[in-house]
Amino acid sequence: MKINQQTTENTLTLSLDGELDASSSVLLDTELTKPEVLDYKKVLIDCQRLNYISSAGLGVFISHLQRFQDANVKLVFFNMQEKVHNVFEILGLDALMTIVPSEAEATAI
Amino acid sequence: MENAIRISCSRHNLKVVRDFVSSYLAAYGLSDLQLNQIILAVDEVVANLIIHANHEDESQFLDLRVMMEKQVFEIEIEDDSKSSYQPSLYKEPDLQEHIRVGKKGGVGMTLVNRIMDRVEFTTTGTHNVCRLYKRIG
Repeated sequence: MKINQQTTENTLTLSLDGELDASSSVLLDTELTKPEVLDYKKVLIDCQRLNYISSAGLGVFISHLQRFQDANVKLVFFNMQEKVHNVFEILGLDALMTIVPSEAEATAI
Repeated sequence: MENAIRISCSRHNLKVVRDFVSSYLAAYGLSDLQLNQIILAVDEVVANLIIHANHEDESQFLDLRVMMEKQVFEIEIEDDSKSSYQPSLYKEPDLQEHIRVGKKGGVGMTLVNRIMDRVEFTTTGTHNVCRLYKRIG
């Protein structure tokens, strides 16, 4: 699992590359826990190269969502592969999180 | 084709388990979605056994055996941990509440229960067996 970062003045984009499981999710949790993440208006999660997610990966996003909302930071997922989106759907998380098809739509939010 | 493996209780072996299940199922022509779901369900049970039941003690082992009979995929996962999972204590998670309190865990078995057709846990003495079943096709 690799996490690449890109920033603009208002937006932090994390591009996830690989498999997000109970082993690798610790890395993502560390990134999202950093206080400076809350300095941005939006945190975009590019899922194009995210090939797999388990409940541990979902749990990281679930556990940070309220903190982001309280700080008025939007968390937006884009470019999600169908099989990864399906895992969000099985739990009903697709209705509780913002998932859009493309980077353009994520940027426009 | 390998239909059994033994792994030590390290979370680094989760990838080994996923690759094992994936390579066994490769011959059956499943859709990407169904293949991913089955791999996920196995991964969730194995992660629970490694992390919660065996406390990531690498001197402990899990034995996995897969089979396919009449279009039903079955996997058996055995261990000798002192604590065994009690399915009767399972509660459907309230995701809104998980989000509100920032809870990290507690949705893995929900995925397993929603994906697989049948989930069984049995304990004999200190020996635990989990069996997962899924009709394919």
